[in-house]
Amino acid sequence: MSYIPNTDQDVREMLARIGRENADELFSHIPDRFRFKGELELPEPVSEMELISKMRQLSQMNSSLRDTSSFLGGGVYHHYIPSVVGHLIERAEFSTSYTPYQPEISQGTLQAIFEYQTLMCLLTGMDVSNASMYDGASSTAEAVLMALRSNRRSRIALSSTLHPEYRRVIETYARANDKEVFLIPYNADGSTDTGLLSERIDEQVSCVVIQSPNFFGIVEELRNAEKIAHSKGALLIVVFTEPIAYGLLKPPGIYGADIVCGEGQSMGIPPGFGGPLLGILACRQGLLRALPGRIVGKTHDMKGNGSYVLTLTAREQHIRREKSTSNICTNHGLCALAAAVFLTSYGKKGFRSLAAINHGRAEYAKSALSKLAGVKLRFSSPTFNEFVIETEKDPDKIASRLLDEKILFGIRLENYYPELENCTLISCTEMSSKQEIIRLCTLLKEI
Amino acid sequence: MMHEQNKKIKLPGINNLSFDEPLIFELGSEGRIAVRLPDEQPVLSLPQHMVREEIVGFPQVGQSELVRHFTRLSQWNYAVDTGFYPLGSCTMKYNPKVNEDVARLSGFSYSHPYQPERLVQGSLRLLHELEQWLCSITGMKRATLQPAAGAHGELTAMMMIKAYFEDMEEKRTKVIIPDTAHGTNPASVSMCGFSVVPVKSGRFGLLEVEEVAKLMSEDVAAVMITNPNTLGIFECNVGEIAQAVHEKGGFVYCDGANLNALLGKVRYGDTGVDLVHMNLHKTFSTPHGGGGPGAGPLAVKDTLVPYLPVPLIDRHGESYRFNYDLPKSIGKVKSFFGNFLICVRAYAYILALGAKGLSQVSTNAVVNANYIKSALREHYHLPFDTPSLHECVFTDKKQQELGVSTLDIAKRLIDYGFHPPTVYFPLVVTGALMIEPTETESRETLDQFIEAMVRIAQEARENTGVLHDAPHRSKVTRVDEVTAARKPVLRWEKTLHP
Repeated sequence: MSYIPNTDQDVREMLARIGRENADELFSHIPDRFRFKGELELPEPVSEMELISKMRQLSQMNSSLRDTSSFLGGGVYHHYIPSVVGHLIERAEFSTSYTPYQPEISQGTLQAIFEYQTLMCLLTGMDVSNASMYDGASSTAEAVLMALRSNRRSRIALSSTLHPEYRRVIETYARANDKEVFLIPYNADGSTDTGLLSERIDEQVSCVVIQSPNFFGIVEELRNAEKIAHSKGALLIVVFTEPIAYGLLKPPGIYGADIVCGEGQSMGIPPGFGGPLLGILACRQGLLRALPGRIVGKTHDMKGNGSYVLTLTAREQHIRREKSTSNICTNHGLCALAAAVFLTSYGKKGFRSLAAINHGRAEYAKSALSKLAGVKLRFSSPTFNEFVIETEKDPDKIASRLLDEKILFGIRLENYYPELENCTLISCTEMSSKQEIIRLCTLLKEI
Repeated sequence: MMHEQNKKIKLPGINNLSFDEPLIFELGSEGRIAVRLPDEQPVLSLPQHMVREEIVGFPQVGQSELVRHFTRLSQWNYAVDTGFYPLGSCTMKYNPKVNEDVARLSGFSYSHPYQPERLVQGSLRLLHELEQWLCSITGMKRATLQPAAGAHGELTAMMMIKAYFEDMEEKRTKVIIPDTAHGTNPASVSMCGFSVVPVKSGRFGLLEVEEVAKLMSEDVAAVMITNPNTLGIFECNVGEIAQAVHEKGGFVYCDGANLNALLGKVRYGDTGVDLVHMNLHKTFSTPHGGGGPGAGPLAVKDTLVPYLPVPLIDRHGESYRFNYDLPKSIGKVKSFFGNFLICVRAYAYILALGAKGLSQVSTNAVVNANYIKSALREHYHLPFDTPSLHECVFTDKKQQELGVSTLDIAKRLIDYGFHPPTVYFPLVVTGALMIEPTETESRETLDQFIEAMVRIAQEARENTGVLHDAPHRSKVTRVDEVTAARKPVLRWEKTLHP
């Protein structure tokens, strides 16, 4: 067995050293009625070359974004991953190490996370960031729990333009906590209706959760929402699914957000059929003790050398057990490292250019598509790299026809917003070339 | 067994080439960039008040600087690929490289969660089959692959139990948890509004039927058991405990973090367990990534299937489809379908091993742990002298008399080239040293580790100073955790780090 070095002879000799006849004796204290006597129903084992061939066959039953023109986004984006990202995060010293509990021999991971935390603070305009969460959706649910813990209120206001998957996850977490979730509708322009927020918010509302750019790609005006939330003592949680947007847009911290959370997949992590992703969670200083998850801090060693260590562990489950800020233990450390390397690759100038290119390609597509007969823009508000179109024809028919040409049309919104009949969310990134956009338009004309 | 200190055994030691390296923010200079983008300057169609300037403080380094920076950082890490990692409960086994290759196949890594079902049949089939295999291994009915980690699987289980009782219109408020449990157990329970009822473990750290039966009532929603428990000992009374719990209408939840000991030996379902989570990054050998990503699937018996998160993936003849039609489902605990690329690695691992191979994994894990236990028992205090499986727990009782603690022993192991074991856990054992070698370590590595532990026991008698200051040969020495927590510095700032 190639993953087990010891041979049968080794095992026999080891057993002899410990005074056992055979390995089965070591299991003999397990009550006989629990001993499984059959053989597990699993496929026959295969060699490494057969394994590769089987897995390749399976993967080829999928279509890859690399072989298609994709306009799918909605929380998972097809961005270019610089070559250095893969090479560095695949280094076994990063990928096969454990959570850095032993700082003396984990300074690499610890310093890299410290750098990640700094980058997230700069990106979001917040004071502190944790070392990562599972994904944008669960990170947002944890942000909501943070708010509930810190002001002990019972209701949660969600903008209806928050990603539908995120809403579903928050609802699941809230229900388990016996808390009530209510939705704030969106305006005719596709942004959160702050008038209605103002009417419906009261002193029982713990937090107001708004996504920007929202699920329709629209950049929300956060200033109003901040005033309304804070006037009732509720926290403002700002969510994002596309972090590249903050290369161009003012970060939520500037607008007085208390917690900023969202998805980091765009930064060096492949779409991977939706996982693993990267949950980002940052907050203002005053909420630090309520922040869940790992946090790395700077300190020094016995000789005075600067060093890093997991800190503020008194919040965590292995110390505080049922009184901890969260149950999270394993997080998404390697994904956080990918994001840090990704941002470092583009750096100050490149990251802004990347954001501008994304926006530029989407604006080009928006303008080209809106000029087609039978296609119009559903909302007028400014967008970053996603936007909603309404077609005269059934989007399913269009999508199916485009698939013949290896084009993945956007996300049909009617499934999540029944009133948005024939509406599709189109996403563009730096991977969407002008030629591809022109081809999409040409084909749409023919359909 | 006598294990004479053996001068012939050469320990790995550490004496590596290790560079100093500042923070990335302190490198480079204005205008540097590591990766070139297409040369275009698009016109912005955003209101000016929404637009920010370039982000001050973002790194500006060339590609060679970037690669060298992160490569140097990586060299400060201990990792499974560089050495033995006997972290109890964490199952740090070797991660087969081929699994990394298959997870990077473009059809897997570049498929989008919103692609139509017919364009992701490979993914759906893989997830469906992996679910079936995990159910076969644990003896359960169906599983969700959505939870991202073990603690997330626990949380999902508690949410399902809560939803079940709400559905039955029963008000149950408590969950019984043994004092040997992982810290995540009580944390997950309280996230669902249940209160924790602790139960003391008895002789050998085992749960006793009478103790659980005494606490069991119609207010108790579930009992959480870890089997083998965190001392590596099989909970022999699990059948009777399950009976007592079921009689009062409660559920038995099993923390499957230690499944590595039982593959093909015991199926949790046969022991009366109703729900069990697995850690794919432990038992099924996906790399831990310096703190994730992992995956924590949850398998359940019939009664609880309607409450599983959506979607399930069902087979219809030769094709596979999402099933969102579960009106009693708790909803979703994570976006999309879980940590798919981790599932791909676990799938490849099971495919490579098959039923016999998995059973051998547990056999070898248990032999390795017992080999260490037998060799070290005359040098270190063994708090529970009873048969154990894949891990063994010693304490510092003998060394405490000489003024040497578990922490000293753990840190000194670093000088000899080993990662320390899990320390001071489980909480019921004072000064615990919890050792889990896993099946992927050779006999020679185990001998080296034993030799290092024996030498440390001798140092405790002869030269305690060398232990108190250990480690001596690592990049940094023991760090000041108190200052880190009292005056938190959690990010770089230009003013703080000129």
